[in-house]
Amino acid sequence: MEKIIIKKQGNHFQTAMKILYYIIVFGLIFWGTKGIEYKGVMKTAAGTLEALLNGFINPDLSYASNMTIDGLPFAILETIAIAICGTFVSAIISIPFALLASQNIVGQKVSKIGKLIVTMIRTFPELILALVFISVVGPGAPAGILALGVHSIGMLAKLFSEAIESMDLGVKEALESCGGNYFEVLFRAILPQVSPELISYTLYRFEINMRAASTLGLVGAGGIGAPLIFAIRTRSWSRAGIIIIVLIATVTIIDQISGRIRKRIV
Amino acid sequence: MDKIIIPKPKRFKRNLIILSVIFLIVGSGWFAGFNIFEVLTHLYKGGRLLGRMFFPPDFSYIPNIVAPMIETIRMAIVGTAVGAVVALPVAVLAANNFIKTKWLHVPLRVVLNIFRTIPALVLASLFVAVFGSGAFSGVIALSIFTFGLVSKLTYETIEAVDYGQVEALMSLGANKLNVLRYAIMPQIMPQYMSYTLYGFEVNVRAAAVLGYVGAGGIGQIYETNLAWRQFDRVGMIIIFTFFIVLIIDLVSSSIRKRLV
Repeated sequence: MEKIIIKKQGNHFQTAMKILYYIIVFGLIFWGTKGIEYKGVMKTAAGTLEALLNGFINPDLSYASNMTIDGLPFAILETIAIAICGTFVSAIISIPFALLASQNIVGQKVSKIGKLIVTMIRTFPELILALVFISVVGPGAPAGILALGVHSIGMLAKLFSEAIESMDLGVKEALESCGGNYFEVLFRAILPQVSPELISYTLYRFEINMRAASTLGLVGAGGIGAPLIFAIRTRSWSRAGIIIIVLIATVTIIDQISGRIRKRIV
Repeated sequence: MDKIIIPKPKRFKRNLIILSVIFLIVGSGWFAGFNIFEVLTHLYKGGRLLGRMFFPPDFSYIPNIVAPMIETIRMAIVGTAVGAVVALPVAVLAANNFIKTKWLHVPLRVVLNIFRTIPALVLASLFVAVFGSGAFSGVIALSIFTFGLVSKLTYETIEAVDYGQVEALMSLGANKLNVLRYAIMPQIMPQYMSYTLYGFEVNVRAAAVLGYVGAGGIGQIYETNLAWRQFDRVGMIIIFTFFIVLIIDLVSSSIRKRLV
């Protein structure tokens, strides 16, 4: 049987460019690996790993059934509460930011400034934001809510403004031509049109915030993070095990519920 | 003039949903001890802290930031590369249309899901406990995180490929490997690379805080400066990181736009 020969498309220039891209990518990866100091696995690593896995196999069940304020159920509920409130706060604040960043609402020049502000918010690290808010309300869940609330604006306002930019402007113009004022246009024309997308993005961000809320405790902003990091640092693996198992279960369940709702909305 | 009467649709179910959502939000606010008045009356304190960070930031600190920033970028590059390379074959196995053995892709998906649920910071602190502090632990955490992200997005893409090409090749008698090489790979490659770049963008941001638990990169100097309350330096680190992330995002998203 004859071999099927497929003629290669493209000219030499394209091939050269392709090779150049490969060289750049592999060069970057090589450059990256050079900087990572590999000190060799610590001698204790095998033992630690064994203890860690042992902790996951025999999780600290008494901690999971501790219904007081120090127990796992309370910490998980607090984490969920932080994620819900933080997402809600940021969804509300994101709307004005999104309008400010939408080209078809405020014009090209203002929207560029709005987009820059949103990008800046997105880059501001959550943990540092949490520290700023700890200085406002003291350590605890409210600081976590505020940190998530402000940090999520970076993503939500961007997605919201994309939704607003791609909407049908006819309704808005119709209302304006009838003499609708700014708020009437906002609440009767813009928001009803984009609300399914807004709700869907908010739910998506809620899923992300669930994960973020579980690390905020690292700096003292409430939730499951503090007991988790404490358990890892003190190497009480059975406790770290139960926290991580319950955390995975909770996040998975919330992802499933939120994903179902999102599919039904859009 | 007669009023135009628009009959109202039945809104009982909708109102019930809205009510329960409000109940959920208010309830969790109460549970977390959130008090808006307390926040508003103390907001000036946060402003004061921000003032100490940014007005003015400590520009003389820039030379000390460069080295950890480079380490952060290196961690992100290596972590992304390792995670993405492992993700491709796993995504092929986890897709339900190419290999139709249920016992393979269902457990694989569960494992991938678990990888994606654990936050990168928690992974990093686990690896710091096992492998010791340093960039190496951070790279492993980022690899696993990227692996979970890229493989999920990729297997969803594989499931959505145009199956006509696959069938055309199979009708010519091509085996599974040939189908993979000539029908599936060319279709998913642009998306896969785009997801990898997206993972890289996420990883640069993630790598910037991993040092907080001792996993290398710029997060380590966050921690020391916060401990010494040198907020003007923290402000400088934030500004510096902002520009680096902005440049990387711009480059990466312009490449992604050309890919897809």
